[in-house]
Formats: sequence, C-alpha cells, structure tokens
Amino acid sequence: MKVSEIVEVLSARVYAGEDQLDLDVQSACGADLMSDVMAFVKESVVLLTGLMNPQVLRTADLMDIKAIVFVRGKVPSSDLVQIAKDSGMILLTTKYSMFLACGRLYEAGLHGGGIREIA
Amino acid sequence: MKLSLSIPWMDFSAAGKASAEVKKLLARLGIEQGLVKRIAIAMYEGEMNIAIHGGGGTADIELTPDLVDIYLRDHGPGIPDIGLAMTEGYSTASEEIRNMGFGAGMGLPNMKRNADELYIESVVNQGTTVHLVFHLNRKQE
Repeated sequence: MKVSEIVEVLSARVYAGEDQLDLDVQSACGADLMSDVMAFVKESVVLLTGLMNPQVLRTADLMDIKAIVFVRGKVPSSDLVQIAKDSGMILLTTKYSMFLACGRLYEAGLHGGGIREIA
Repeated sequence: MKLSLSIPWMDFSAAGKASAEVKKLLARLGIEQGLVKRIAIAMYEGEMNIAIHGGGGTADIELTPDLVDIYLRDHGPGIPDIGLAMTEGYSTASEEIRNMGFGAGMGLPNMKRNADELYIESVVNQGTTVHLVFHLNRKQE
C-alpha cells in the first residue's frame, strides 16, 4: 500500500516526507515498545505508535522503517520533525486511536506479514 | 579497521547514535544490507543496555575481511544471573525507561538472535562485556 493511501485512510496530517508519499509498504506494525519493534519487524512496514520521543525515530532508522504514524492526535515537536526530515522519513499523525488506525489500515487491504514468525 | 565509540549514561538524546554511525559506515563499505541491519539491531540493543543499566561505557568495533567484532563494555552493576537475563520478557528496567519504549526484556535475546556469536562476561559490581561476532561471508536468514 502506498503511503499516500495511508494518509487518506487515516485522514492523516503529513509533518515530514511530503515528497515521498509514493513509497510502498508491505505491512504495518503497531507498537509502543521499541524493543518489540526491534525484536519482531522484518520487512518494510509503516510503524504506528503512541510513543513520541527521538528513540522512536532512531529505532525506525535502524530498522529501515521509512514511515511513522503517531496515533491519538499527537503532534510531533519541531525537533522530531527535523530529525525525520534529516533522516528522510515520512512522519504522519492521525486522530484515530491505535486500535482504530490499525483496523482501518487492515480493512483497506494492508494485512499481516512484515514481522518474524512468533513461536 | 578499528573504531571506538563512547556511550554516555542515561543520555537518551545520544543513545543509539553509535549504532547509527556504525550502520552508515558498514553500508558505505558495501556490506550486505541484511547483515548491516542485524549488526545495527544487536549493537543498538547493547548500546541501550549500557546507557540504561551500565552507567555508560564503550563500543569497540573491529572489521576484518571475514568478521565484524563488537565489544560493548561497561563498568556498571553487572548481571548476577545471565541465564535469567537472556529470558525474553525479563527486565530490571525502571518505569521511566519503560515509558520511553524500552525495558521490554527483549534486548539480550534480540542480540543473540541477530549476532552469529554472542559472548557475555559479567562480574557483579564490576561490569559487563558483551562480545558480538558477525561473519561477513556466511548467509543467515
């Protein structure tokens, strides 16, 4: 699914990466625990999170995650927006809760995969 | 090729920078992307451990034609029970750290999953050394 579709499905506001919305993602990962993101994400995903600090962007950068959605209407600080721009990331916010944001994306066709198999 | 980086204690604006730097360097050297990612994840977990638990420390990276060796050293409280610390979900991190999205108890297991070899030496009240080894010419899923 293209990030431009995600913007539409989540009625999201774009804070960084306006010129990269053509990016295709295979799946999504909804998590507030960055340790879990590092332990489970395998493929190209969009990260949905309610956590807002530089570690989110740093974790995403290390995991080659190029698009982040902050849920529950959280507004990123100018510092975070700048880090995202410097790292070439797409930063979105949506007023939907984590549950509804994930549900809407799933319903729109963004399904599972993207994480390693959990035994 | 050798590289030595310092990891400050509880400085979360800096934590992760050493790993990001190593990731960029390895990618620039043309090392395969999947391997670079494994190295970056394992090192980042170690870096966060040193920043959170270890009172700060160092990361020494040595690159040879066959191997990437990473030594993560701290002089923190040490790990009394390494077996327990390797258990997924076990963590001694504070509430403050958990609120930052860390301390899920996935760090050491995640380092083991990503490294080709992992060695931990720890002495209580003296510190911990984690040695990560990555083979450059071996394919791993």
